Amino acid sequence: MKSTLNYYLQIADNALILSHRLAENTSKGPFLEEDLATANVALDLIGLAESMYHEAAKMEGYGQTGDDLAYRREETDFVNCLLAEQPNRDFAHIVTRQFLMDTFNYHYFMALTESRDPFLSAIAFKSIKEVTYHLRRSSEWMIRLGTGTDESRHRVQLAINTLWKFTDELFEESDADMAMLANGFGVHLNDIKVQWNQKVNEILFLSHLESPKNQFSVRGGKQGIHTEHLGHILAEMQFLPGKYPDAVW
Amino acid sequence: MKTADNQGELWEVFIQSKPGQAFKHVGSIHAFDKDNAIENARDIYTRRNEGTGLWVVPSAEIIAVALNESDYFFEPATDKIYRHPTFYNLPKGLTHM
Repeated sequence: MKSTLNYYLQIADNALILSHRLAENTSKGPFLEEDLATANVALDLIGLAESMYHEAAKMEGYGQTGDDLAYRREETDFVNCLLAEQPNRDFAHIVTRQFLMDTFNYHYFMALTESRDPFLSAIAFKSIKEVTYHLRRSSEWMIRLGTGTDESRHRVQLAINTLWKFTDELFEESDADMAMLANGFGVHLNDIKVQWNQKVNEILFLSHLESPKNQFSVRGGKQGIHTEHLGHILAEMQFLPGKYPDAVW
Repeated sequence: MKTADNQGELWEVFIQSKPGQAFKHVGSIHAFDKDNAIENARDIYTRRNEGTGLWVVPSAEIIAVALNESDYFFEPATDKIYRHPTFYNLPKGLTHM
């Protein structure tokens, strides 16, 4: 039960934190259409997070709600991967982070449709439609930036180089991953890694970008050990429920 | 970072609300290329289930009648009543004419 709960939280936390990062950019997009499109992706992700938290809260059985899990857990309780929490340094970083996450989510949810857990399989079927579109958008932006001007190419290469060290963690098996794989509910992260590498290399090639070599990797998010950025996100995101615990609309 | 005023080209957006129906013009968007245009159109105009079909056309490719041409384009039709088939007696059972 504990590993099922943690498995659900991994999916929910990834979606919530990435969604929050995208939402931070609302009203700051490079132009109106892109601003709306980014917010749109954030809304898809918050929908996913909401379903997962809701289901996870029922599992815990202490009368908690999904909101409690999102707004009343501490930094070390969050099990999202570090890539999702990396900041919006510039548009190239936003696009690159999204592309790397979308590629992971696409193959991950594709595999999860086969899960023996009916809830996970249903969520995966629903998500795959959204993620297919997200991946199409972010792949095209990678190519557009990579083959655009000198400056756009330089910035997107810099973003790839900066974010690459967080990608290994996506495929690192946590205790929850291993337990869920063993009972037929989870997915083979090694297989996802092969598919992820193939897609990412294809898009980097089309974008005229270089894939970083011999980089060290940073991990820990899935164990609750985060980069300095998550604390800031949570401070902002959890401020209202922290200050006014029973506030309602 | 400089605030660029380059938002891409202007494109016109057409939506088909149900299969088989005509596409209707709904507005315009900015985009940098065809893929970008159809995606921006999707994100701005079809998020609430508005359509089953979507077209985008570069605004510059649309040939339109200029305002000062409308006199000789459209007005000659207004007084030619004989161009409408209104003088025929239709059989009773014919309702869609």
